[in-house]
This record gives sequence, C-alpha cells and structure tokens, in this order.
Amino acid sequence: MAGLVFLVILAVIFQARSGGVFLNTVNLQGILGLLPEVALVAMGVTLLMICGEFDLSVGSVFALTPMSMAVLLEAGWPFLAAITVGLFVAMTVGLVNGVLTVKFSIPSFITTLGMLFVARSMTVVISGGFPPLLPLNVIPKWLFVTYVGPGDMFRVSFIWFLAIAIGMTLLLSRTNFGNWVRATGGFLPAAKSMGIPTKRVKIACFMICSLLAGFAGTLQVMRLGAPLPSIGEGLELQAVAAAVIGGTALTGGIGTILGGIIGATLIRVIDNGLVLSQVDANWFKMALGALTVFAVILNAWLRKKAKSIKVETEK
Amino acid sequence: MSSNPIIQVKNLHKWYSGVHALKGVTLDLRRNETVGLVGDNGAGKSTLINLLSGMQLPTEGEIFFEGKKVCFNGPADAMEAGIETIYQYNSMVPTMSIARNMFIGREPMIYSIGGIGILDSKKMAIESVQAIADVDLHLRSPDALVGELSGGQRQGVAIARAMHFKSKVMILDEPTNHLAVKETQKVLGFIKSLKKLGIPGIFISHNIHHVFECCDRMIAMARGEIVLNKRVEETNMTEILDVL
Ligand SMILES: Nc1ncnc2c1ncn2[C@@H]1O[C@H](COP(=O)(O)OP(=O)(O)OP(=O)(O)O)[C@@H](O)[C@H]1O
Ligand SMILES: [Mg+2]
Repeated sequence: MAGLVFLVILAVIFQARSGGVFLNTVNLQGILGLLPEVALVAMGVTLLMICGEFDLSVGSVFALTPMSMAVLLEAGWPFLAAITVGLFVAMTVGLVNGVLTVKFSIPSFITTLGMLFVARSMTVVISGGFPPLLPLNVIPKWLFVTYVGPGDMFRVSFIWFLAIAIGMTLLLSRTNFGNWVRATGGFLPAAKSMGIPTKRVKIACFMICSLLAGFAGTLQVMRLGAPLPSIGEGLELQAVAAAVIGGTALTGGIGTILGGIIGATLIRVIDNGLVLSQVDANWFKMALGALTVFAVILNAWLRKKAKSIKVETEK
Repeated sequence: MSSNPIIQVKNLHKWYSGVHALKGVTLDLRRNETVGLVGDNGAGKSTLINLLSGMQLPTEGEIFFEGKKVCFNGPADAMEAGIETIYQYNSMVPTMSIARNMFIGREPMIYSIGGIGILDSKKMAIESVQAIADVDLHLRSPDALVGELSGGQRQGVAIARAMHFKSKVMILDEPTNHLAVKETQKVLGFIKSLKKLGIPGIFISHNIHHVFECCDRMIAMARGEIVLNKRVEETNMTEILDVL
C-alpha cells in the first residue's frame, strides 16, 4: 500500500529535518492526541466510499454534533443526555442523507453537498451567534481527553479510536453486513439480484459515517474546551483524501478501514512535520494535494504490478 | 406428482409506464425439461424472467410454483423458493473473491443477531472449492477475485453457486453474451449437465443453434406474446425464424 510507504519515508525525512524532535515523546503525544479526530472521520468516509457513496457533510456534522451537545449542557442538561442527543442528531443527518440519496436516486455528492451547507448553517443558528461555554465541570474528561498510557503517550480518545477502528475493521471484513457493503459498492446490479437490501445497506453506511464524524467533533470540542461553529471546515475533503491515499477506490467496492487510518495518519504527520521543519504552514495543502494524486497513481501502479506477478507465477 | 409442471404462468401482463412489455403470457415449465426462450430484442424475454426471479412484480396474472400460487416480493423470495437466475449481465461482483461471491446474501454465519453476524469464512472457503469442483471448473483458489476470471469462468461460478444452493429451477438469461466460442461451449456444457442432474431450466439466447443444441422445448416470443411453443423434435430452425 502506497500510504504506508509514504508514512515511513516522511517519518525519516521529518525526523532528520527536525533534528530528532519529530519522533520524540512530546511530539508523538501531539500527533496521537489529534489523530483520533481526523481518523474517525476518515474511517466513516472510507466505509461509505466502499459502499459506493460519498459524504461531503462530515465536516459540518463534526461541528453540529458538539454544538448541539454544548447548547443542551448550557441549558442544564446532564452530560449523558446531552451527548446522546448530539450523536442522535448526527445519525439523523446520516439518515436524511441516505434516504434522500436512495429514494430519489440522486448522486450522494449532491445530497451531502446540500447537507454540508444546511448542517453548518444549523450549527451557527443554534449557537445563537455566540458559542456557548462548555461547563467543564460536568464533562467527564477522564473518559475522553485525559492523557494516559506509558509516559502519558496518548489521550483516552485514542483508546476510543482504537476500539472503534477494530470494530469497524471486523464489521467490514468478518460480517455478512461487510460482505453486503462490498457487494453494493462493487457492482450494484449483482448485489440487488442476489437479494441484498442495497438501499438499507447504503442508508446504514450513511448513518455510521455521520455518527463517527459527530463523535470525532465531540472529542475535539472536549479537548479544546469550547465549541466553535467553524470547526471541521474542509475536513470532508481531507477525509476523502485520507481514504484515497489509503487505497479506497472512488468507484466503490475497494478499500480498507486500515487504509483510511493510514491515510489520516499521513495527513496528520505532514501537518505536524511541516511545522516542525519550520516550513511555512501554507505549504500543507500543497503537500496534501500532491500526495493524494501521487498516492493514487502509486496504488494503481502497485495493483497492476501485483496482478502481473500473479499471472507470471501461474505458469 | 413429478408430471406436474414445476412452474405455471397464467395470463401474465407487465406494463412499464406506457410500454406493454408482456401481453398475457401463459406457459408451463415441466420437470426434466430445458426450455429455450428465443425472440427479438425487446420481445419481453428478460421481462418474463424478471417476474419469475422476483426482480419485478407482474401488473396482472399469476405464477404458480410447485402447484402453489406465489408472490415474489424480491429476488431473495425466489431464491428461497429454489429459483436461481443467471442474468444477462454478470451477477458476480468483480472486486470480490470467488468464495465471497458464492455466498452473497446467503452467508453462513458462526453467530448472528437479527440477521447480522460473523461470517463462517472456513465453511465459505471449503464449500466454494467443493461447489466449483462439482461443476468441473478448475480454478486456482477461492480467494481469487472474480474480476480476474474470464467471462466463461464467471458464468461457471454463477452456475456453481446456483447448484450449491440446490436450485430447483435454473434460469439463464443470455449467459453466453459477449463470450468467445470456446467459453460459450463451456457454458453450453454446464446447461447440458443441468439436464443430467434433472434440474429444469429456461435458457435464453439469440443464437438459435445453441438453443437447439441443449434444449428440449422451444418457446418463441414476439412483441410480448408467445408465438410458438413446441418440443424441439416437432419444429425446426426455419419455422422459428419465420414466426419471429
Ligand atoms: N425497466 C424497464 N422500464 C421500462 N421499460 C422496460 C424495462 N425493461 C424492459 N422494458 C421494455 O420492455 C420491452 C421488453 O424488454 P425485455 O428486456 O424484456 O426484452 P428482451 O426480450 O429481453 O430483449 P433483449 O433480447 O434485447 O434482451 C422493451 O420494449 C423494453 O424497452
Ligand atoms: Mg433481455
């Protein structure tokens, strides 16, 4: 996988350029602390892309979910109720995306582009223009953002991320639902003719994708301590980039959760590494863009290579 | 009992918003009979098959399976009853392995709740190897992607899948479409082997030679109606070409 190759190369380069700072504890702490937020979004987007659909609204859901939670907390709701409603809002957005897409047979690119604006607008509206203050005393920080592990290497959010990543990987590779997702995205007429409820499979993937984005946003807000209505802007494209760098095909059917995670890690590493190397931060998007295109080319080349090796060994 | 038709179709109509694609089709499919269905483009062959395989509901008319009236609300219903369909396009997912394709929608599971559960991958691998060997298809491994197989091999896997699930009726809608001569011969071989196994079938093709080669009965359709229905011994190519 091209993503993994890049990851190793970049780690070596940044380690050298930053004079050994890149791989030291404090910096890894920084990377691992932020990683879950992008990676959770990337995982959901990867799953949905394997199913043959897109979600451009994840960045907005990333902001809307914690904002809903924060508004309720400010109104005096208990934490558990507020976060539940927040995540419920995220799932509802996914449900609407999915139902509109499959019922009217329109491209999800359009449905979720619309939702990108709608959900962002709702975020600003419910915040009333002034982001509410998070009542920090009611948030169980130990459950989400406190540092843990040897040398305080990562935050609790990283454990959430690991657990969800393992769950998602198993869901896709070891369950019949995963089989249906791949079949639906791989070749829709075949999936339909084999009796798979492709519409429901797609809607479920939309909902999982939204839920993960909402949870990721909630993690970020708890880390920052304040719900800004602008968080997650541009995240949808980063997530697509992560999925694609990790080997997910835009045409559906092909990809892995692990690939999406590697793609997300790569994006975090570039961001962080450029800062450490004291490169102008504006180079980040350039690097991301170049990497995305290059990774896809490399992935395609590797796949072709693998095929020709297989054919040769067959004789 | 065994002389009863396995499928009976009575006065079947299908409208597609303005297009009258089937105009009162009545036919019996006998056990131990392979039927060849021929007709021009747009004659309504695929439409008839779609109704039998549960892909669509008839506008009017009845379908009886093993003497009982049935109403298939989806392909899963028809498959459950024992009607397996191999479609004009390929009903395989090219980006998935042979073993995965064999069990799409009917995955064996170790453990499940509410229809969703953990796949029994071992069983899938073993049974797909067995099923493929049963139709005399020689493939490297059940983990190979279907996209890497030739067109004829893909249809072979589709047929192996249908056999594995003990289909009672096999419907093949232009399974030899886009296939080269050699591959076509393989698929015709599969169809002939169905007869040996006593599985009745409906075989659709534009190549009348192929149909004559492996069928017991000829049914010709034109403009949504059946225009000829005879045993192969009682008819010949010119008669069929005449009615079409
Ligand atoms: N889903 C559909 N919606 C609208 N019209 C349809 C649909 N499917 C088929 N038709 C129409 O119904 C008629 C019969 O089509 P059908 O596909 O059954 O023909 P066919 O005999 O299978 O032809 P071919 O040999 O080209 O496969 C045609 O006029 C076709 O345009
Ligand atoms: Mg047809």
